[in-house]
Amino acid sequence: MAQLVVNDVLLQFGGVTALDRVSFQVEPGKIHAIIGPNGAGKTSMLNCISGVVRPQRGSIIFDRWELNKLSAHARTRLGLARTFQNIALFKGMTVLDNLLIGRHCHQRSGILRGGLYWGWGQREEIAQRKIVEDIIDFLEIQSIRKKVVGTLAYGLQKRVELARALALEPKLLLLDEPMAGMNAEEKEDMARFILDINQDRNVTILMIEHDMGVVMDLSHRICVLNFGELIADGVPDEVQRNSFVQMAYLGQDTASPETARA
Amino acid sequence: MDLPEQDTFPKLLVRNAEALGDKVALREKEFGIWQSFTWRQYCDRVRDFALGLVNLGMRPGDKIAIIGDNRPEWVFAELAAQSNGGAAIGLYQDSNLNEVAYVIDHCDAAFVVAEDQEQVDKVLDMIPKLPKVKHVIYTDPRGLRNYRHPALLSFEQVSAQGRAFDEANPDYWLQGVRRGRGEDLALICYTSGTTGFPKGAMLSFQNLLTMALSLNQVDRKLEKDEFVSFLPLAWIGEQMMSLATALAIGFTVNFPEEPETAMENIREIGPHVMFAPPRIWENLASSVQVKVMDATPLKRLLYRTLMPVGYKLADLNFKKESVPLQWRVAYWLARAGLFRALKDRLGLSRVRSGSTGGAALGPDVFRFFHGIGVPLKQIYGQTEISGISCIHRDGDIRFHTVGLPIPGTEVKVSETGEILSRSPSVFSGYYKNDEATAETLRGGWLHSGDAGHLSEEGHLVVIDRLKDVLRLSDGTQFSPQFIENRLKFSPYIKEAVVIGKDRPFLSALICIDMAIAGKWAEKRKISYTTYTDLSSKPEVYELLAKEVDVVNETLPVAARVRKFVLLYKELDADDEELTRTRKVRRRFVEERYASIISALYGDEPEVKIDTTIRFQDGRTSRINATLRVRSLNVEAR
Repeated sequence: MAQLVVNDVLLQFGGVTALDRVSFQVEPGKIHAIIGPNGAGKTSMLNCISGVVRPQRGSIIFDRWELNKLSAHARTRLGLARTFQNIALFKGMTVLDNLLIGRHCHQRSGILRGGLYWGWGQREEIAQRKIVEDIIDFLEIQSIRKKVVGTLAYGLQKRVELARALALEPKLLLLDEPMAGMNAEEKEDMARFILDINQDRNVTILMIEHDMGVVMDLSHRICVLNFGELIADGVPDEVQRNSFVQMAYLGQDTASPETARA
Repeated sequence: MDLPEQDTFPKLLVRNAEALGDKVALREKEFGIWQSFTWRQYCDRVRDFALGLVNLGMRPGDKIAIIGDNRPEWVFAELAAQSNGGAAIGLYQDSNLNEVAYVIDHCDAAFVVAEDQEQVDKVLDMIPKLPKVKHVIYTDPRGLRNYRHPALLSFEQVSAQGRAFDEANPDYWLQGVRRGRGEDLALICYTSGTTGFPKGAMLSFQNLLTMALSLNQVDRKLEKDEFVSFLPLAWIGEQMMSLATALAIGFTVNFPEEPETAMENIREIGPHVMFAPPRIWENLASSVQVKVMDATPLKRLLYRTLMPVGYKLADLNFKKESVPLQWRVAYWLARAGLFRALKDRLGLSRVRSGSTGGAALGPDVFRFFHGIGVPLKQIYGQTEISGISCIHRDGDIRFHTVGLPIPGTEVKVSETGEILSRSPSVFSGYYKNDEATAETLRGGWLHSGDAGHLSEEGHLVVIDRLKDVLRLSDGTQFSPQFIENRLKFSPYIKEAVVIGKDRPFLSALICIDMAIAGKWAEKRKISYTTYTDLSSKPEVYELLAKEVDVVNETLPVAARVRKFVLLYKELDADDEELTRTRKVRRRFVEERYASIISALYGDEPEVKIDTTIRFQDGRTSRINATLRVRSLNVEAR
């Protein structure tokens, strides 16, 4: 059974249709990519899933839960986590603190018990720190554990943001352009981390990415959006051969989806 | 020198497990916490893995190649191999495919222990060319889940099989350990070699242990000492400390969390013993200079007024003159006001035995550390003599020498000026290379290939590699390395290659330190993009010209650098310009930059560069630049 079912989602901002009745499914344990030209509605799609915006129509079902009825923080409890295109970390705090904040949804002690610290609070803090340290080890960011995020290089900040998303212990991870602005070496590292997260930690991944080499190599399945419409959905080989996708990327608008599929 | 009853590493391990039991033998930082292994656990882990190897068909005499960062599993694997009557071969973790394949094949390794996916990939990529390898064993399973190669096994799997084997055959392992003898081959250490293919120096337990114990007579280490193992375990210096000396003395070896966190981890541990090549000490010293540049005015003032007190005292001590009372008081104040804090920041507060070896350390760095109260000593030796033949003695330190021979070692200088040595620690030969062995051990002496002489006090003075030594017009010998080290004390200079043999004057190829020169440029609002761009800025040229001038002032006129260029890239071991221990491979550099060098000795003010550089991921990039040749006025002023 699919882990995420997007069904007939329509999102409009005033007269602009960002998503035009989009439907697709994400199978558990897969790496699923969304590609498309600028303004195609890719980030809007992630925003609908993570709860930043609410679509006017359609349903998004995650593990049998109808997400549209839930608040964003309730969605994280179900096992959804995301990263952002332009890094959204607490720049004035250390890497460690940023990750511990990522654990917030899993913390149970309230102000009183946490504030008293000794006993329950301490035990919980140790347990949370263990999970965070495991992620630090996994993403190889030991050397920056205590550095303030704002002082780090861009590529590293991206990795910290990924770490924070992992701290939520998600079942489905939404990545918005994880490789944007990275050099070849950083991209290679990030690709390896994405594969390892998928395989070793058993996390389903839905990502937006522009680097076609990365997308074709990593993804099990690819959706292509263009002007809010889903124009292709298939395994990398099919998508690559799809002439309409090629046209969308080359900027021609003569063909319609129907003729492309024919 | 007599060896103790326990004449092999595994025997010493068993002794320590019995005598020291629950004392901490190894520590590794993992998940942000120092995790420890007692001597007993250490011994158990070695036994399990050793028997796992037996179970896989390891026979006495088999070789095991190990590649990876410094981790407990590295030493477990090495001791396991040795306890089965085999030998270990270490590979540098940053070796490329061809280097890995060459060494693994040349040493006839039957097993390869590779740390992680990165290292496993290197070995598996080359496996068709490695018919002698039976199994590849990894320690970190990360990313290897879908690898299905039949030769691939995990360290845990092998150890579990070993535990089962031990239950079925108790005492099997201990009998194997007891069969070991001091003269058995323990290690084949591949020397990085500044020319040609690496050669495998065969070292026995006897070689390694006599060296460790002789050194300990003149540079004491104690059982309660802490040591941080952060240099490649494939290097003889690290083998000497983390294996030979640690096993013989019983001190604690600490492994950093990651190579990048080594300096931070050193500060957490506060080691008593520290052995590092000049590069590390140079980096520590220049990191202080850089931090001072950024410090508050008060701190800068303290540094500027108190540091000279340290230098003064260091100089008095070097000259063995008594220290006048006023300087004692001043030093006491300087220590309270600066040196103690500085040492703490560097993690050197507790260092009792600090030494540098592998290459010459510039006198300025030496003075700096003695000034702040770190008793740094120079060590000299080769892989072929198990690492060490000479060291400074306490209270008898002269920074232009490498000290006196350690007990049991004879050192002399041949008629051609080459340093020769003889001791029980001299190796038995190069593996499968009798020609090179005979050449190196002519007449029963180990030929170092280094030029040197003995000072009046009997200290050995090393000049440079014999083939690199320069003769100045007045006939004195002069070392390019000496000038290079002076240059490298400048924080802006990362690497320098001085050229001048059979040339009318000296010139230098200089690589700037991108981080520090970049910071300098930013402060002056000089914009730059890449290394190539930064190193071609006229302002940077002027800055470096001043730095070279400062060094020139201290040199005889004939030995001054008259022209230099700033290279468009850093020297890199991947381009064969440096060895894996980061020594300059002069021949390669001179060949590669022949056009630049000919411009230095011609009258051209600049030289056009059109070359391609290859990145690690296989991409290439074309560099098309014009390098300026900067001439300096070197006449006495």
